[in-house]
Amino acid sequence: MSVYYTEEHEWVRVEGDTATVGVTDFAQGQLGDVVFVEIPEAGRQVAKGGEAAVVESVKAASDVYAPVSGEVTEGNQAVVDEPSLVNSDPEGEGWFFKLRLSDPSELEGLMDADAYKRFCDSQ
Amino acid sequence: MSEDGPMTLPLDEWHRARGGRMVAFAGYEMPIQYEGILTEHRWTRESAGLFDVSHMGQLILAGPEAQKGLESLLPADLAILRDGRLRYSMLLNDEGGIVDDLMVTRRDEHFYMVVNGATKHGDIDHMRLRLPASVVLDHMKEQALLALQGPKAVEALSRLAPGVEELGFMTGAAFAIGGVPAWISRSGYTGEDGFEISVAAARVAEVADLLLEQEEVKPIGLGARDSLRLEAGLPLYGHDLDEATTPVEAGLEFALSKRRREQGGYPGWERIARELADGPIRRRVGLAVEGRQPVREGAAVVDADGDEVGKVTSGGFSPMLEAPIAMAYVPAASAVPGSEVRLAQRGKIFQAKVAPMPFVPHRYHRKGAA
Repeated sequence: MSVYYTEEHEWVRVEGDTATVGVTDFAQGQLGDVVFVEIPEAGRQVAKGGEAAVVESVKAASDVYAPVSGEVTEGNQAVVDEPSLVNSDPEGEGWFFKLRLSDPSELEGLMDADAYKRFCDSQ
Repeated sequence: MSEDGPMTLPLDEWHRARGGRMVAFAGYEMPIQYEGILTEHRWTRESAGLFDVSHMGQLILAGPEAQKGLESLLPADLAILRDGRLRYSMLLNDEGGIVDDLMVTRRDEHFYMVVNGATKHGDIDHMRLRLPASVVLDHMKEQALLALQGPKAVEALSRLAPGVEELGFMTGAAFAIGGVPAWISRSGYTGEDGFEISVAAARVAEVADLLLEQEEVKPIGLGARDSLRLEAGLPLYGHDLDEATTPVEAGLEFALSKRRREQGGYPGWERIARELADGPIRRRVGLAVEGRQPVREGAAVVDADGDEVGKVTSGGFSPMLEAPIAMAYVPAASAVPGSEVRLAQRGKIFQAKVAPMPFVPHRYHRKGAA
């Protein structure tokens, strides 16, 4: 299992050809209290960099982009029902969706945990 | 906004030391939140929140012609305003549009006025140009302004400034907090009981520290200030009010005093009188939005064909109702509670119903009321 990060503050946990996607702890801290999450439906094809989900805090709406391309296999109904999971457990129970990777080589362009930490420190 | 970027408030370091996350607002670096907007919002509704609103303009208008001069610019009846009383009013342009909204207090021989931070310099120019030369307008740049809001504000503040509990809603008087002279009024922008406290900028940190030492009090940022005033149905200048909007369209008829409605003598009176008699074309209303997704400022109000017929001017998530709420301008025919309204935001249609405002009941301390 490997975890990758994007400059848009998403994390991607890869197990086999399945990737789980969410927003990072840094991102939830910046967003503030999350009050609404919209997730993609299973079966939807998402392209790397394309809009895949929506997260709204008390302050503002943000798009969540697909960090890699693939077919959505599951959205996390729990964050739709309980959006505050994104704040309380962003990199665990607060995941957004899972997808089946269509091009695993796209992962090579993403950051590992150390690189992402350096990236956040520079923000 | 100064061209050199945002200015700092007298309490800038105080906010940062308490974890305030600073953002640029109205030309100043201001704390948007400390602990989090939802927590701060609920704390204010349950206990007492301390807000720094020192970006707002505090003005003194003095001179024998001040009352007459001011009445020529705004629709309040200042002749019947007694000493130590506040009124909500608006500077109006010749078309009856709102130049700014404000609070004006008769304080002995002069008027004390609080105007919005983003518009204060324009207001000063506007008034200086139009007031008789004998009226002295002083911008009290050396004053800071705090607000203490919430059901426990009176407990906390009366410990430091005994006697404030005697103030009724929309009255003010001079007090001292820890030896610092303070003008305190029972007023605010949250819908809760509470106070606004004007003190010298040089000593505001002492006052803020004393207030924060009270167990009922936590510091509250701009984020919760916005969600609190939205629940209270209170408009925000530059968003829900502007120069193209009249007090009647904005639903602020209560600020048009009886004598002034009849006699006029303020800018835009003809249009305002006509709108009072015949009704305006559009009105500001509250909206309860279906679902959970907030609909925000800038979203369109659309008719069945998808054509734009109005605008959302404020919108967000109500922490107390746990649902999205908004303010919008809609055609007068739709401006009745229960009326169904369609909203368009980022290509998506939302259903909403016109809802009475305030969304969360006001709990002001009116004298004579229980």
